[in-house]
Amino acid sequence: MTVKELAERLELKILVEGDLGREVTGCYIGDLLSWVMGRAPEDSAWLTVMGNINSIAVATLADVSCIVLVENAALDENARQKAEMHEVNILLTQENSYHLAVKLHELLQ
Amino acid sequence: MSNAIHLHYDVSGEDFTRAGEASGLVKKTLKKLGYNTDAIRRVAIAMYEAEINMVIHAEGGYCDVDIYPDRVEILLADHGPGIPDVDKAMQEGYSTAPDNVRTLGFGAGMGLPNIKKYTDDMRIETTLGVGTNVYLTVVVKA
Ligand SMILES: Nc1ncnc2c1ncn2[C@@H]1O[C@H](COP(=O)(O)OP(=O)(O)OP(=O)(O)O)[C@@H](O)[C@H]1O
Ligand SMILES: [Mg+2]
Repeated sequence: MTVKELAERLELKILVEGDLGREVTGCYIGDLLSWVMGRAPEDSAWLTVMGNINSIAVATLADVSCIVLVENAALDENARQKAEMHEVNILLTQENSYHLAVKLHELLQ
Repeated sequence: MSNAIHLHYDVSGEDFTRAGEASGLVKKTLKKLGYNTDAIRRVAIAMYEAEINMVIHAEGGYCDVDIYPDRVEILLADHGPGIPDVDKAMQEGYSTAPDNVRTLGFGAGMGLPNIKKYTDDMRIETTLGVGTNVYLTVVVKA
């Protein structure tokens, strides 16, 4: 499934459009950056409330396919700019990580 | 070595928002050179953790990166406070990160363990009041 399909199927709002054709093969949830950096599998959807500029660096370097900001977490303006520069997909939902991950799991079956 | 590529970056200790730039540039360079994706990812993660540590714990420093066909070697050097107990610092969960960076998502105490996990060799030289050198090697399998 691509990031674009994921956004459509789960009704996620696209905040930053990077490469929406990227494949999503899994999901990782976490807000502690070096935890995520060390454990998130590449090509996963990263569910977090961390919308700061350092999250963008983590997403780029750990090669996740998108950041999903859950529970309407805020995206900082400088983070948005950096994400646009590095073509990082950022999506937004009002759901919490648990509920979104359950739905994502069904889609990935 | 004749076919090594050498890169040098200064890492600002003030500008939090730029932390990770050096790692990002190294990643880009390795991609361009056609290194395998696993090696690139390991270099990027390990270097980022060491780079961000220089920013958070040591007011910045510099990185020297040597890219060889079979491995990538990186030195990250700073003139920060040094690390009093390296064995302790290497433990998962140990962190002295101040509250203002914890709210940004740092301070899990997973940076150094991540470096260990993703490199083939890691060495820390540190002197209290003088600074810290972190040496990393990632072996590239063809
Ligand atoms: N370059 C450095 N100079 C001085 N102290 C350092 C340096 N790098 C690491 N440390 C010390 O080692 C501790 C552990 O580092 P580590 O990267 O594992 O965790 P952290 O940076 O505190 O949190 P995290 O990396 O999970 O965000 C730090 O809290 C700090 O006390
Ligand atoms: Mg760290």
